[in-house]
Amino acid sequence: MATTDKEVKELIKREYEHGFVTEIESDTFEPGLNEDVIRRLSELKQEPEFMLEWRLKAYRRWLEMDEPEWAHVDFPKVDYNAISYYSAPKKKEDMPQSLDEVDPELLRTYEKLGIPLHERAKLAGVAVDAVFDSVSVATTFKEPLEKAGVIFCPISEAVQKYPELVKKYLGSVVPAGDNYFAALNSAVFSDGSFVYIPKGVRCPMELSTYFRINAANTGQFERTLIIAEEGSYVSYLEGCTAPMRDENQLHAAVVELVILDDAQIKYSTVQNWYPGDENGKGGIYNFVTKRAACIGKNAKVSWTQVETGSAITWKYPSCVLRGENSVGEFYSVALTHNFQQADTGTKMIHLGKNTKSTIISKGISAGRSSNAYRGLVKFGPGADGARNFTQCDSLLIGDRCGAHTFPYIESKNKSAIVEHEATTSKVSDEQMFLCRQRGIDPEQAVSMIVNGFCKEVFKELPMEFAVEAGKLLEVSLEGSVG
Amino acid sequence: MLSIKNLHASVEGKEILKGINLEIKAGEVHAIMGPNGSGKSTLSQVLAGNEAFEITGGEVTLNGDNLLDLPTEERAREGIFLAFQYPVEIPGVSNLQFLRTAVNAMRKHRGEEEMNAAEFMKLAKEVSKQVDLDPAFLKRGVNEGFSGGEKKRNEIMQALLLQPKLAILDETDSGLDIDALQVVSNGVNALRAEDRAILMVTHYQRLLNHIVPDYVHVLAGGKIVKSGGRELALELEERGYGWLGIKDEDTSN
Ligand SMILES: Nc1ncnc2c1ncn2[C@@H]1O[C@H](COP(=O)(O)OP(=O)(O)O)[C@@H](O)[C@H]1O
Ligand SMILES: [Mg+2]
Repeated sequence: MATTDKEVKELIKREYEHGFVTEIESDTFEPGLNEDVIRRLSELKQEPEFMLEWRLKAYRRWLEMDEPEWAHVDFPKVDYNAISYYSAPKKKEDMPQSLDEVDPELLRTYEKLGIPLHERAKLAGVAVDAVFDSVSVATTFKEPLEKAGVIFCPISEAVQKYPELVKKYLGSVVPAGDNYFAALNSAVFSDGSFVYIPKGVRCPMELSTYFRINAANTGQFERTLIIAEEGSYVSYLEGCTAPMRDENQLHAAVVELVILDDAQIKYSTVQNWYPGDENGKGGIYNFVTKRAACIGKNAKVSWTQVETGSAITWKYPSCVLRGENSVGEFYSVALTHNFQQADTGTKMIHLGKNTKSTIISKGISAGRSSNAYRGLVKFGPGADGARNFTQCDSLLIGDRCGAHTFPYIESKNKSAIVEHEATTSKVSDEQMFLCRQRGIDPEQAVSMIVNGFCKEVFKELPMEFAVEAGKLLEVSLEGSVG
Repeated sequence: MLSIKNLHASVEGKEILKGINLEIKAGEVHAIMGPNGSGKSTLSQVLAGNEAFEITGGEVTLNGDNLLDLPTEERAREGIFLAFQYPVEIPGVSNLQFLRTAVNAMRKHRGEEEMNAAEFMKLAKEVSKQVDLDPAFLKRGVNEGFSGGEKKRNEIMQALLLQPKLAILDETDSGLDIDALQVVSNGVNALRAEDRAILMVTHYQRLLNHIVPDYVHVLAGGKIVKSGGRELALELEERGYGWLGIKDEDTSN
């Protein structure tokens, strides 16, 4: 994901070529949501008629829905009319003009994460004129991807260039009316990634997207759609970072994965949205719907997530295992600190014969945070010989935090087998004393112990992501001891 | 090197150490013996800086500097090493990673270059052989699923790696069979050096056949009740703690 200056310059050029930057800058919507806003959004994105209809239908559904309240999280009501649904980047003169003007605390964090200097500047919202997500990688590796027939582009581009694919699959896994936030996203999604892997193709490289939310950026309602045709394979990485802001920000993304016969998608996320400060001020509300449909036989999907950011995280990457012998995996590390709240887990819906699923969840709570695992394992009547293995481990740091586990099992098939293991442990004084007795700093000790706890999940991550995830834990845990 | 003067310590409001006095010079090996519950581990932990214990009086200096003001990790970096009686497990953290982190923390403190993974691996393999521990143990989680004897050998391996100024060995002999005792003793004897002191805590005298101490102290009821040379240990073996007017529920071995 390292990007050279040359590539950045190319991107800048590219943006200007599209005339996009100027357009966005002059075009920030007033807060508020109504059909007019959606029409304007769709028009601005030059979408075909079907897309507008789809959005409006979703919006009408959303109006009839109520905000869900069942999660183990607590937050003031979101005023949906106080949000701007199309917010362009801040004007350059309002942004910090150089790294010297950026909060040193934030820079220190980036430095620890090993993010290269020019990247740091962009992350901090310095007026470097390169806003790029999936576009960057697509540009960098355009040729080999094209050669392989892989499509990797912003979803707004896909809507225009591949309307048939979008029409066929958008909303096929997460229908617009699936839940409150999915409906909202369907109505107003701004951008996101689109990936199409043709039959029999093994995507020649890992695809990655770095989402960056600036308050004024366009990432809050992103939408991702990945389609793996028969016998294909792709590993997709998603990194999320956001600068610090005092206001809470809503992030309601939808990710849909479609997997056909013998195909496999590996989807990895390192989520580090701004968690709020040590007093619980600010931070992202991360309400995300992620779901994979294993339609074909022997289809396989793995979700691996490392969730360290956000004030509130509310997400359940799920697998619908329809195809015979299809496999769903969920590997998760969720870390909460200070006043963060996380309610996360997965749903494994076994519909086909001999479908298998594995859930490994590692929850770490520090400070006054609250961390809940919520998982559903469901077996339909046709799920003969299906099995699930679930392991949920919680680790507590200090005694003011909380861990909760809510495993739900529903079975309509007697032959289905479920195994469930759960543990709760603490970073003990004895472990800390041992580390410190060997000369290790207390903070480094905690991070080492926590990394050890997460090992089973980290080994599922692609190498460079695993390294980043380890560092991220260290940074996220700062101030958790003493 | 280490000077303990009238040290008092308590845990959960209960006084355990009731005025310990002890002088240890570089190059010396001291043995502290005493019945179970006499405060041997408490003394070891207090010297290493375990915050579960409260110092209620007295002073401890290391080469003239006040030790009691330093947090645990700084004492360690000043050269105090404790081989634990009951080493804890740290699941998922490999021994190798743990040890390299420790060694590098010490090196950093001394202003030396940190060791990279390959260099450290080489060193760790050599040292693990010294205590007859299969290098495969380096890859396992810290003490995770180790047998009692393996844990003890692992502790001595750490002392050999970290090369402390003062090594405190808390019941490093307990739970070892004869062969393992020999291996561990060889490790400890390899630690003996002009510029290093060793404080050995043991319930039994048999360890002292392998590691011959310069001084022997008997701890009872939180105080050192008798000090002497090597012969004191032999006398204790022969006559039991009762000879000193100390009750002990277990002196057999
Ligand atoms: N953490 C603790 N909490 C309460 N009591 C303790 C603790 N550690 C030691 N003690 C008590 O202190 C006394 C001395 O224990 P210890 O130092 O372990 O003795 P030894 O190592 O000589 O067997 C015992 O009575 C023991 O129960
Ligand atoms: Mg003891």
